[in-house]
Amino acid sequence: MRLAAPWIALAIAFAFLPMIFTSGSALTMLSLMGIMIVFACSYNMLLGETGMLSFGHAVYYGLGGFLAVHAMNTVIRDALPVPLFLIPLVGGFSGLLFGIIFGSVSTRRAGTAFAMISLGLGELVASSSLILRGFFGGEEGVSSNRTKLLRVFGLNFGPQIEVYYLIAAWCLLCMVAMYALRCTPLGRMCNAVRENPERAQFVGYNPRTVRFIAFSLAGLFAGVAGALAAVNFELVNSAAVGAGQSGLVLLAAYIGGIGNFIGPVIGAVLVTWLEVMLSDVTDVWQLYFGLLFVGMVMFAPTGIGGLVTMHEPLWQARAYGSMLRLALAYLVALAPALVLLAGLIMVIEMSYHLSVKGYEGAAMLLFHVPLDATSVLPWALAAVLSAGGFWLFRLTWPIVGAAWHEAFTQAHAAGQAK
Amino acid sequence: MLELVTISALNGVLYGMLLFLMASGLTLIFSMMGVLNFAHASFYMLGAFFGFQIGQLLGFWPAFVLAPVLVGGIGALIERYGLRHVHRHGPVAELLFTFGLAFVIEEVVQMIWGKGPADYRVPPSLDFSAFTVFSTNYPAYKMFELLTAIAIFAVLLAVLTRTRVGLIIQAALTHPNMVAMLGHNVPRVFMLTFGVGTGLAAIAGVIAGPALVTQSNMAGALGPILFVVVVLGGLGSLAGAFVASLLIGLVQTFAVAINLSIADVLGGIGVAPPTAGALFDLWNVTVAEIAPIIPYLLLVLILIFRPTGLMGTREH
Repeated sequence: MRLAAPWIALAIAFAFLPMIFTSGSALTMLSLMGIMIVFACSYNMLLGETGMLSFGHAVYYGLGGFLAVHAMNTVIRDALPVPLFLIPLVGGFSGLLFGIIFGSVSTRRAGTAFAMISLGLGELVASSSLILRGFFGGEEGVSSNRTKLLRVFGLNFGPQIEVYYLIAAWCLLCMVAMYALRCTPLGRMCNAVRENPERAQFVGYNPRTVRFIAFSLAGLFAGVAGALAAVNFELVNSAAVGAGQSGLVLLAAYIGGIGNFIGPVIGAVLVTWLEVMLSDVTDVWQLYFGLLFVGMVMFAPTGIGGLVTMHEPLWQARAYGSMLRLALAYLVALAPALVLLAGLIMVIEMSYHLSVKGYEGAAMLLFHVPLDATSVLPWALAAVLSAGGFWLFRLTWPIVGAAWHEAFTQAHAAGQAK
Repeated sequence: MLELVTISALNGVLYGMLLFLMASGLTLIFSMMGVLNFAHASFYMLGAFFGFQIGQLLGFWPAFVLAPVLVGGIGALIERYGLRHVHRHGPVAELLFTFGLAFVIEEVVQMIWGKGPADYRVPPSLDFSAFTVFSTNYPAYKMFELLTAIAIFAVLLAVLTRTRVGLIIQAALTHPNMVAMLGHNVPRVFMLTFGVGTGLAAIAGVIAGPALVTQSNMAGALGPILFVVVVLGGLGSLAGAFVASLLIGLVQTFAVAINLSIADVLGGIGVAPPTAGALFDLWNVTVAEIAPIIPYLLLVLILIFRPTGLMGTREH
């Protein structure tokens, strides 16, 4: 029962979220997050568990979506007794099938070569999607109607709330399945192959076979995510198999943290939220995304999940006093960091305004403050904020370091005393 | 027919040379530092845009010299302050850093120069016809591109085999720790290699910019083909990269000229194509239409029959 407790809590949370966030746009975003969670967790099966960096994972997502939408159209056309909530199975099957086909070729190499091969295969499928118009629908894609399938319990899945619960149910199911896979001997061998393939060979497992199976299963869950997206948008086009989609899932999984199971979930939620929110606020949101990603790779390669688990010893030792002091030190360091961030945002937005939107004149609105982008004053202010913020930020590093050191020695001592 | 073959051969060799300019830098960086520079095509794009911008201010020939130097300098700085920092987090982090870098460079270029193509023209001094083959005028600019590429290779080969720096680089390619123990500043050699590698990509950008389109999606279009070239040739092999670049250059150029489809070939024998369904597209698509994806098909083939590449060594 203790084992099932977090999953039951998660199920209850999924069930009650729409009652907290009731607006239509919030419901749409929750649905998008659900889809992205399944996709990012499937990607983590490759990257975090087996150490296979893939730049073409969207192929299985997209192909799952295409097969799902063709299945929906077939069901509608032939009036087959198939309800909508079985459609993700089609996506899963398609993901598994193509995972086996492409995996047999891709998993012949490992490491950097595998990454390049996945990129090449991704480009192959993305380019083919514009050539094979019968299956991929050309530039308009393939559309369907999710309300025309068999109605069960009076649900026609027209309203977004019903689609949300469908996505939430499948998301929970996939998360449980992927977590369970992690705990099987296969999952452990994947970790072993990630750490030391040669040693795994000596133990008696062929690393290539382990990678192949992991790849196919990751494709299965990516296909389920693609089918859920097909159900949600009622449209699948060639962008679903493209490099942009592959890059997005890589960003989500990495920013969230590839070291533990919950990392990609955090990353998926964050990236979906940023994608929707940031694009309303600024035109260059993709640049901010890229900078965030590069910043995480350079300074926090374990991701947000890794940063959270870094504090686990403190939590386990119940060293609440030192945790509070550490939190205070973080707040002290946060203030100049925000100033630095404001300065950098000013520079980026003003450069963008001058270069691309120059035809709109020099006046612009930043944080609801009107600015004249050609005058010296805003640029001087941005320079002062950036340089000053960075200098103050640097001054706070020893404070955080000392608080960290103190907290950890206390936690270690408390742990020793037990 | 002979005219088509000659022109396609010339164009194919030229395209292959351009690919090799970039693939050689990539292979040098990979052999020496173990990191596959995902952002290599982005430096190609930066070279083209810098060449364009400096060309607007100073003219084509100063741009031809200055742009690669500037981009190489930026590459060296990125190596010194970015890549070296990330090196301690492992090879996956290095590859992801270069991936993020490619993303950021593309966004910055879009931010500064916009999403449309830049008006990067062939300089008037080279805008004439070099010779006439059968009835087609072959532009002098393309001969200039070819000659530049060959000259750069000659210089590179001479530097690598005949100078002291070149010998140190060759040694550091295979035994970096031993070279460090012998007293050479290996981190500086790395920085120099990265700078020269990206400078080579930038030269390719400066000379290819007027001929191919100069746009913010150039890196995204050429990047995957570049990686196919290095995997096809064998990761870490310069000779393999040369063979693979020429192969892909020639195959792609000849494929664009062939307007046959499976339906045409089998129709000649008497087999009727299907009239509808998923296979209809496969039957009727011409070789010219699938020319952009032929490199990826070659990749799949080489992976099935010879996974280490044409001239690759065993997996390290």
